[in-house]
Amino acid sequence: MTLDLGQLGFEQGAHLLVSRALRALPPGGRLAVNGADPALGIHLRAWCRATGHGFAPDPAGGYELVRGRAEEQRWAGAERAGGPSPETIVRRPPARWGLAARGALVEADGPSTPGEASAPRASAPFDLDDRDVVWADLAPRLYAHAAAAQWDPAAAVDWDAGGGLPAAIEAAVVQVMTYLVENEQAALVIPARLLARVHPHFREVQQLLAVQAADEARHVEVFTRRALLHGGEMGTSSAGGRASLETLLTEPDFSLASFLLSVLGEGSFLALLGFLDQHAPDPVTRQVTRLARVDEARHVAFGVAHLEHQAALDPALRGRLRAAVERRHDALADTAGLNADVFDALVVLAAGEWTPEAIARGYRAVQDLHHAMDDGRRQRLARLGFPADEAAELSALHTRNFM
Amino acid sequence: MVDTTLLMGAVAYDPKVVTIWEGFRRWLMAEGLLFDFVLYSNYERQVEDLVEGRIDAAWNSPLAWLRSQRLAAARGRSVRSTVMRDTDQDLTSVVVVRTDSDYSALADLKGGSVAVGAVDSPQATLIPLSHLRAAGLRPGEGVTVRRFDVGVGLHGDHVGGERDAARALVAGEVEAACMVDGNHLLFSQEGVLPAGGTRILSQTAPYDHCNLTVVDTAPAGLADRLIELLLSMSYADPQVRPLLDLEGLQVWKQGRTSGYGLLDGAVEEAGFYDAQGRVTAAEYVP
Repeated sequence: MTLDLGQLGFEQGAHLLVSRALRALPPGGRLAVNGADPALGIHLRAWCRATGHGFAPDPAGGYELVRGRAEEQRWAGAERAGGPSPETIVRRPPARWGLAARGALVEADGPSTPGEASAPRASAPFDLDDRDVVWADLAPRLYAHAAAAQWDPAAAVDWDAGGGLPAAIEAAVVQVMTYLVENEQAALVIPARLLARVHPHFREVQQLLAVQAADEARHVEVFTRRALLHGGEMGTSSAGGRASLETLLTEPDFSLASFLLSVLGEGSFLALLGFLDQHAPDPVTRQVTRLARVDEARHVAFGVAHLEHQAALDPALRGRLRAAVERRHDALADTAGLNADVFDALVVLAAGEWTPEAIARGYRAVQDLHHAMDDGRRQRLARLGFPADEAAELSALHTRNFM
Repeated sequence: MVDTTLLMGAVAYDPKVVTIWEGFRRWLMAEGLLFDFVLYSNYERQVEDLVEGRIDAAWNSPLAWLRSQRLAAARGRSVRSTVMRDTDQDLTSVVVVRTDSDYSALADLKGGSVAVGAVDSPQATLIPLSHLRAAGLRPGEGVTVRRFDVGVGLHGDHVGGERDAARALVAGEVEAACMVDGNHLLFSQEGVLPAGGTRILSQTAPYDHCNLTVVDTAPAGLADRLIELLLSMSYADPQVRPLLDLEGLQVWKQGRTSGYGLLDGAVEEAGFYDAQGRVTAAEYVP
């Protein structure tokens, strides 16, 4: 075989043509190379030496290369990292695939430090590596939906609309927004922590968690912006509320964290955001809570789908879910639960004015909200296979802080 | 320890040397060979310790190999080149000029100046200057030598001197510059030698580079086992390949001594070492 490089030199990419021609030969195969670059012989010699190919000047002109074995040897032990589509994922992707694209041809890997005994890479601790723990068949579709449903806080909300609320109503909005920001920050950190532990083989789950975190980032932004829209200060943050959220952050188990946050917490928030949509005293409050509610519904859907999938495979799961709720309840037994300022603010928003009748109406509305939250939790628990009485019992143990 | 561990010297010309030999050490120990290494700041002390028997083996530059032979002979000892990398065989050096210059042969450089690497660089100084002598240009007389002493004592392992020489040529400070073929390729790809800006005036004959030198006082069984293990390393083995990649080889070759003639001649001409292996080079302080 003969390769004519014309004027092309190695400082212009000649190695690409040489490599390609050599690759077409078996190891030991010979390639004649000609070219007009005056440095060709020098560069070919150095390049062949570094890449393990044979090199000799041809007395008749040009150069003769002999294909070496290095490239073939490098790829000899390579394997495909599963198949590219969600249908071809494997149950337990090995740690050595690391960040490789799903379906890529993965070079057989040495240990993380050359010469060291085989050990998983410290830099890639993807401990959530079991399909039955992290996967849900719904994940690819939910991700596609989530990606399509991203909205721009600057454009999706008419920030100039409304205003001029009575001071006490505005203060109630600010207090609720302050509470929402705190909760959304927890809801941002939890999926962000989990996604860094998910094996990249389960890419759609990572993507979904990433969008979930991005959703929460936007919620933090719009709730903060609404709180400060009319020049006030942020409201209060109670110790009990923060203690409740911190118990979510400390849950290391993927399924349990997803259960407490998405199924129970965000599930309850769906009712809360619906309540705020209904009772919002101004258009901006209505718009931001409505936008957030659509995103939260998706988070709940993934949490439920993922746990449904897992509960079907693992009958012991429900026992663990139950224990997690009880553990969290015990941990929070001595805390105040929902910030009293938040509770009062919700009543004021539903009342809309400071008359005894209106306050009574608002109080009833908040009681109804509690019932709606409880109903939602019990329905979702039933979907995970809990009998009705146990679902009711567990729902009652859920944190008084809603999330 | 002394009798059961094979002790090798290596020169710390770059921080990666620690990574390389730590990796080899771990691999060799896992294969059952008690192996350890010590690092030297320069090749001269390493070679002296090798011949004194303080270490059993040394990863030697070609210049260090030649000195170890002389030192050993003077003490009635012997050293052998055991293995070398595939990439240590058949290197050449080149003399480069600017494209727009009129030179067509080495002799045309008479009266001009030539940039070289460090005083102790086989590939960028000693062999190219011998090449010039063969063309009738005596360094310091027929031609002015501009030396770029980066990493003196490292026998040219540091690429800095050659890169500075290439830059001096491009900047018009000298008429020619000398470097090993692989660095000419590197500098061309990096753009240190701009495309079309320089051309190769002359190329030396092929010569060999490093080898693993073993002294005759080394425990023979351990030394033979080391060589056997190194030669068994396969680039197809994913445990071994990262080590070979770091050390810059695909295959270990049996050490040969046929490729050191050019450098031996250059050392003689320059009076770099005397017959007993004493350092006699001027302006050389490792």
